[in-house]
Amino acid sequence: MAGRLGLLLVVAALAAVPPLLPKYALEVLISVLFFGYLGACWNILGGYGGQFSFGHAAFFGIGAYTSTLLFLRLGLTPWLGMLVGGVLAAAFGLFAGYLSFRYGLRGPYFSLVTLAFAEMLRVVAVNWKAVGSSLGLVVPNRGSAPALFLFADKLPYYYVILVMVLAVLGITRALERSRMGYALAAIRENEDAAEAAGVDALSTKLAAMAASSFLTALGGTFYAQYFAYIDPSLTFGPAISIGGLLPAIVGGAGTVAGPLLGSFVLTPVSELTRAVLRGRAGADIMLYGLILILVISFLPNGLVGWIRSRRPAAGRAA
Amino acid sequence: MTWLFLQAVVSGLLLGGVYGLVASGLSLIFGVLRIINFAHGAVMMLGMYTSYWLFVLVGLDPYLSILVTGPLFFVLGMLIQRIVIEPNRAAAEHNQLLLTLGVALVFENLALVLWQGDFRTVRVWYSGASFLVADVLVEVPRLIAAGGAVLIALALWGFLRMTDAGKAIRALSEEPEGARLVGIDVARIRGVAFGIGSACVAVAGALVTPFFYVAPDVGETFNIMAFVVVVLGGMGNFLGALVGGFIVGLAESLGAAFLPGSLKQLVVFGLFVIVLLLRPEGLFGARRGR
Repeated sequence: MAGRLGLLLVVAALAAVPPLLPKYALEVLISVLFFGYLGACWNILGGYGGQFSFGHAAFFGIGAYTSTLLFLRLGLTPWLGMLVGGVLAAAFGLFAGYLSFRYGLRGPYFSLVTLAFAEMLRVVAVNWKAVGSSLGLVVPNRGSAPALFLFADKLPYYYVILVMVLAVLGITRALERSRMGYALAAIRENEDAAEAAGVDALSTKLAAMAASSFLTALGGTFYAQYFAYIDPSLTFGPAISIGGLLPAIVGGAGTVAGPLLGSFVLTPVSELTRAVLRGRAGADIMLYGLILILVISFLPNGLVGWIRSRRPAAGRAA
Repeated sequence: MTWLFLQAVVSGLLLGGVYGLVASGLSLIFGVLRIINFAHGAVMMLGMYTSYWLFVLVGLDPYLSILVTGPLFFVLGMLIQRIVIEPNRAAAEHNQLLLTLGVALVFENLALVLWQGDFRTVRVWYSGASFLVADVLVEVPRLIAAGGAVLIALALWGFLRMTDAGKAIRALSEEPEGARLVGIDVARIRGVAFGIGSACVAVAGALVTPFFYVAPDVGETFNIMAFVVVVLGGMGNFLGALVGGFIVGLAESLGAAFLPGSLKQLVVFGLFVIVLLLRPEGLFGARRGR
């Protein structure tokens, strides 16, 4: 009961406070939600299913490029384009996932093959003139056009990403308590045992892959509309794959709130370092790396795991 | 056409020797610690900067700088293992992998903070030296790098075969439980292996500085190539890594000769995915229960 009330308060605060914030703080908050969103998408496959993808940028890039190209070439609104991107990303995810799982790639081998798939798409995008090659694509901003996913100021983007985060957290919550959620957890803990107990590991992992890649692609469209510019290394590069994986790990992989909590800790730290040490490029990511090492060394189950272990009697909070 | 092919083969083989040494280090670390070291390329980058600064500040020849980078990065590797990885030995496999990713992020961005993102090059008197063999151009620094890399890798192979420390490393790589039972100091050997692997890649970095640019993210390319090579040669298979290096070097350079733009990388990644899917134990390895 207290947990539900707290959750309500947090959501109310997230909805009510931003209009009062200065522009910079709002931008940081958008980043926090954006990386929290990517983390939550990654979490479905990586956190619950234990399949550590290092190549979620592949899905992100497919989403960003699909909606942007449909908008630029055919005038299709990115609101619909993002769904097309999601479907394409899910199709690619199923293809890559089927190949990897079918041939029994687990653990680090799965991480490597996903990394390779993302890098291949990056190389294709760099060399493909029709999609802008390494110059990338500019989303023309004609002022405010809500029907085209374009807004004159930052606040509407904030609410879009807020709704996206809450939706994916809701999906994760439902997943956690579903048959599929239990099957995923069983696979993560011991795949052979899960199969022996009658879990269809292949189709369970593929379903998680499809959901995770579809949702990640929507984040790609958000990125394209918000920053109005995409290029191959920004969208298909390893930075995006790591940007989704880190908040989830730091916050607590395989927990509902973990990715968002992780992003609330990581993103402001990195934004602040960047602002303070202007002109010292890299300091923020260096700090990122240090935090990653410290969290894994001292809080191997992430922030949520640490909070739970400190109050074992209080039961599980969302 | 034939000329282009021959030229590509020669360039590929020369590049492949360097890949081989980089990947041997990675393979050694994987064999003993069972983790994929994402910091490997970052260590190479630091090795390249070490050679660069020794050349710029003291005028030391990049080849002679090996005498410094080798021992220095052996110690650094041991420290990384001792301080960052060993305390988390019991943690899940993916957490250890993420630790090495953290180390890579720290190193790479430390270099960016200290020396900015500029491309730096070492211009030595032999940087542009080359000769022709039947119309095929052979660049001297690349030849020396490839030859040196192969010699060092073979010397290391000998070390692993002949010496007690080398045998302990191989024992640990092949039969961790048994190695512990016969009284090998497992934690120390893991440190030694990480140290040797890091020294290998740093020395490879020193060998390429006369003809390759130095920048904070230069290690990333080599890191991914080394993953490809190690998977090709079989994770933990030392000689396999050397042979795999030549295959990947050839694939990349033939791809560059016959495909436009940077599509050569597609050939390498394509090879990678195919080998991962069909023979994850490597081209030469026997299927082993994991």
